[in-house]
Amino acid sequence: MAIDSEVLVVGGGLAGMTSALSAARAGADVRLLSYKQSTLRHASGLVDILGYAGDGDGPLTDPYAAIPDLPTEHPYRTVGESTVRDAMALFDETLPTYRGTHTDRNALVPTHGGTVKPTARYPASAAAGLASDDRPVLLVGFDSLVDFDAPQAAAHLEAAGVPFEARGVTIRFPGDLRADAKVTRYAKLLDTDGDVSVDGRERSVRDALAERVDAELDGEARVGFPAVLGDDRASAVRAALSESLGADVFEVPMGPPSLPGLRLEDRLFDALDEAGVGIETGNPVVDYECDRTDDGPDRIDRVFVEKNGARIPYSAGQYVLATGGLVGKGVESDRERVYEPVFDCHVPHPGDRYDWFETEAFGDHSFARFGVATDDRLRPTDADGTVEFENLRAAGSVLGGYDFAAEKSGSGVSIATGYTAGRGAVGVSP
Amino acid sequence: MSDAESPADTTTGGDGGDDPSFEPDEPNTGESFEPVDVFPDSDDFDLRPGADSCYKCSTCDTNCPVAEVDDDFPGPKFQGPEQWRLTQTDDDYELDDSIMDCSNCMRCDSACPSGVPLSQMHNTARGRYVDEQMSKLSVEYWRNRILANYRTSAWFASKVPGVANFAMNFGPARWVMEKTMGITSEREFPAFATETFTEWWAARGGAATSRERAREARERLGESVDADKKIAYFHGCYSEYNTPGVGKALVRVYEHFGYEVVVPDQGCSGTPMFANGMLDDARRHAEVTVSSMRDLVEEGYDAVASCTSCSMALRQEYPELFDIEGIDDLAASTFESVEYLRIHEGVREELAAAEVDGDLADEFAYHAPCHARSQGLDRQAVELFRDLDGVGIEDVGDSCSGISGTYGWKEEKYEKSMAIGEEMFEHMDDAEGETGMTECPTCASQMEHGTGYEVRHPMELLEAALVE
Repeated sequence: MAIDSEVLVVGGGLAGMTSALSAARAGADVRLLSYKQSTLRHASGLVDILGYAGDGDGPLTDPYAAIPDLPTEHPYRTVGESTVRDAMALFDETLPTYRGTHTDRNALVPTHGGTVKPTARYPASAAAGLASDDRPVLLVGFDSLVDFDAPQAAAHLEAAGVPFEARGVTIRFPGDLRADAKVTRYAKLLDTDGDVSVDGRERSVRDALAERVDAELDGEARVGFPAVLGDDRASAVRAALSESLGADVFEVPMGPPSLPGLRLEDRLFDALDEAGVGIETGNPVVDYECDRTDDGPDRIDRVFVEKNGARIPYSAGQYVLATGGLVGKGVESDRERVYEPVFDCHVPHPGDRYDWFETEAFGDHSFARFGVATDDRLRPTDADGTVEFENLRAAGSVLGGYDFAAEKSGSGVSIATGYTAGRGAVGVSP
Repeated sequence: MSDAESPADTTTGGDGGDDPSFEPDEPNTGESFEPVDVFPDSDDFDLRPGADSCYKCSTCDTNCPVAEVDDDFPGPKFQGPEQWRLTQTDDDYELDDSIMDCSNCMRCDSACPSGVPLSQMHNTARGRYVDEQMSKLSVEYWRNRILANYRTSAWFASKVPGVANFAMNFGPARWVMEKTMGITSEREFPAFATETFTEWWAARGGAATSRERAREARERLGESVDADKKIAYFHGCYSEYNTPGVGKALVRVYEHFGYEVVVPDQGCSGTPMFANGMLDDARRHAEVTVSSMRDLVEEGYDAVASCTSCSMALRQEYPELFDIEGIDDLAASTFESVEYLRIHEGVREELAAAEVDGDLADEFAYHAPCHARSQGLDRQAVELFRDLDGVGIEDVGDSCSGISGTYGWKEEKYEKSMAIGEEMFEHMDDAEGETGMTECPTCASQMEHGTGYEVRHPMELLEAALVE
């Protein structure tokens, strides 16, 4: 026997969750297996489609308009512009707390480094911070939270030529959390509006924080904080601070680990739960068995999850590979070759490993585009362009042919290919 | 030259040395370069590869239920790879006493994208801290030792359950325990059953009866009566002394599917001992369990546990902490009780066609224990029971219950334990059901303590649904 379902998705990131969701919404019995927790908690929580063109041109105003000019092997070219739009519609319907749906144009969101990132969607918590808004900004950092240097970020924004005045201050977080307190500690304290000790007096943390910021406020209409303003009750935390300060409050997206990424993960998980998707995390898929056919590609019969030496079989009619790229370990390399570790799908790459990268750190590295190649239905293909398995589709950064870090296209490609793979797995062509 | 052998005939590359052809800017592609494994895989518990794999993304820290409520706790990344590294560079390094504030929930393990064995590092460090730095004359040491050796207390109590149930929850006695031992008086001790699981098992006829019933079931199912379906039940301390109903349900459910059950000699799984750094005690118990179980595994039995911390210990902590003959085979053959049926039987389909009435036809607020989560089992009860007629089940979220076995019993940790549990209590309150469900007996006691709900085990519901 094996643990059976109609569609089995391997990988729990944005691509895996989107494919599981779109397959389940189309009526299938779906299971998602993820080795570890979703990597969304590493992500900023911003959802980009395309920020820069392949040649580095940008920031782009309209990501959709740039799709036809991308190289043919780019995943957006494989699925096509209208599918990208359909996939984003699924995302928008699932994440009503995200903004940016009113236009095709990219929004410009200030980051914790003081740069401005072009992105298609952003969480409501970042809405008041947009760089296209000309109202003055006060950025507030906490001295114990060293990942966000507010004065430097403000100076950086002004140097970048934003159309507003930006000023940064660093304050002590009320209650004096220790220097390496976790971002979840700030969030939990603000969520529960717990008591903190200020000058020997117990105060509610939201009130105490607002009071300290108020003393620094000099008429700015909006105030930006590092993205630690609550987890489950983030909007209530922002509303309370806004009311006390008489200014709009927003969060500046941070590096990992990231609360906006965690919140996105939680909302997607809720959507999967509601759609009846089975979810299992904690153990890797390590192997598979397939039925060989004389004419046509092999068919995967089952995969095996490794648990402390035991091999647990999972079977399905259709499979989606969404294990991530070089960082997520869905694509691996050694001194000899680059490979995909679960199904050993072919990963095109130069034979000489010194051709995998450029000498300059920010050069046009070919490793950034390593990943599996597919047919037009996202089924991985071998070196001859032949489909490897009849019932396997790939989605997200396990795909090759694009450089998500340079293009700022990671989320969009995951959503668009996840959507296509999920619907393809249940026989609905997008 | 630190990571390569000097080749016999150096012509290019490799070591710079006096070689005039050496170009520091050129990639070293010379055939004569022979990389060697400086840190070869070894059989002992070398934590270096794990520490080196940590790239400090801090995902583990965002999963730590203790760090979320206590900013004095430096979190799993420090307790694991960072502190391990400190112990390597300084022989006199004293472990930070915050290691005792780790509750051993093991969430960091399934969080880490790099496969760092965090809980193994924590268990090792805690063991060393208790060995080398905690006074064996301190109240804390003896309090922890008594809590960790719950099995011993429970064994005594089970001889006189009536007296024990009264004495253990007698107000003045509890006041004294809190003041002298640091055991919180806020909690009620679990009741001891008047008949232990193994007493019931023996009176029922033991393995011989089980074989008989399994054969009857196979005949009914149309399977070969001699089918090779047999499990060794690891009941753990709680099903033995406190909730034998869970063990009885497991036996009946497995027999229903045609499995012969045996109940081998066993010690405590060691979970409370790992959490208190009492590794010698844990090892003593592990030796008992492994020596009886490994022979059964060799004969084709799989080990099945109804408590998720017990299955976690046998699967993961045993091979990570002890080198006992047969321990790896036992780990690879150990399963949680519902998981095993999901793999080998059509339990999902059978439940979808079944219906529950009577006592257990109820709405359940289900909490997934952290140790179930680490085994990837946190969703199986919801998945199985949401298609079962006559019952409803709702997942109360991914927070930790906060009790972590003996942790919440310590007077100085009680408040922290309840602060961690708050989210679960709130979600239980919001859920439709007023009966709890979980696989872990100590999570169950926290659920009861925080909400007053009665808490059931999935095996009990499986029995109600499937066994006549």
